Amino acid sequence: MTSAEKYVTGAYLVFLAALLLYVVLIALKVTRLEQELGEVARAAREKAGG
Amino acid sequence: MGGFALALFWAPEDADQGFSQKIFYLHVPIALTAYACFGFGAWKALRLLWLGDARYDLESYTAIHTGVIFGLLTLATGSIWAKISWGHWWTWGERQLVLFLILFLFYSSYFMLRYSTEPGSRRMRNSAVYALFGVVLIPVSFLAVRIAGTILHPTIFTHEGANLPGSMLFAFCVCLAGMLALAATLYRLELAGKRVDASLRELRELLA
Repeated sequence: MTSAEKYVTGAYLVFLAALLLYVVLIALKVTRLEQELGEVARAAREKAGG
Repeated sequence: MGGFALALFWAPEDADQGFSQKIFYLHVPIALTAYACFGFGAWKALRLLWLGDARYDLESYTAIHTGVIFGLLTLATGSIWAKISWGHWWTWGERQLVLFLILFLFYSSYFMLRYSTEPGSRRMRNSAVYALFGVVLIPVSFLAVRIAGTILHPTIFTHEGANLPGSMLFAFCVCLAGMLALAATLYRLELAGKRVDASLRELRELLA
C-alpha cells in the first residue's frame, strides 16, 4: 500500500467513523427520549387515576 | 456509499495527482454540504426575523449544528489531502483554507453566544442575527480560491465549466447528491429529536 493510498483510506475512514459516532449518539438520544416519554406517560396515568 | 464506490473503483485516476485525488470525491462534497447547511441555517434565521415564527429558531440552530459537523469533517479531510499533496497538514498561506477556518470558528462560536443568553425571544433574535452575519463569509470563502489565484489549492469548477472528464464529474455528482441527502437526513433526525425533547419538557411542566 502506497503512502497516498494509506492517506486516502484514512480520510474515508475518518468520515465513516464520524458517521458511526453520530448514529451512536442519535441512538443514545432516542433511548433517553423513550425513557423520558415512559416517565411522562406514567405520571399522566397517575394524575388521571387520581 | 454508491458514490464512494464509483469514486474509488470506477472513476479514472487523475493524471497529475494519481490516487490521492480520490479524496476530492469526499472532501469537496463535504465542504459544499457544510456551505449549504450554513446557508440554510441563515435562511431560516432570516425567516425568523422576518416572520417572527419561533419554530425557525430551532430549524436554524439544527442546520448550523449540522453545518459545523460537516465543517469539521471538511477541515479533517482537507488536512489529509494537504498532507499528501503539499507535505503539510496545514498552511496559513492559503486564503481558501484560512477563510474556511474563520467560517467554521464563526459558526462554532454561535453555540457559545446562544447558550450565554436565557431561552426566549432575545436569544432567538441574537442567534438569528449572528447566523445571518456568518452567511457573508460563505461566498467569500467559496470564491477565495479564485480570488487568491494561487496554484496550491486546485480550482476544478470555473466559468467555462468543470475541469473534469465525464466519468469523474458523474462520480462527483453522485457523491455530492449522497452527501446532501445524508445532511438532510441528519438534519431531519436531529430536528425531530429536539422537537420531541421540547414537547416532553412542556408536558412535564403541565403535569407538575
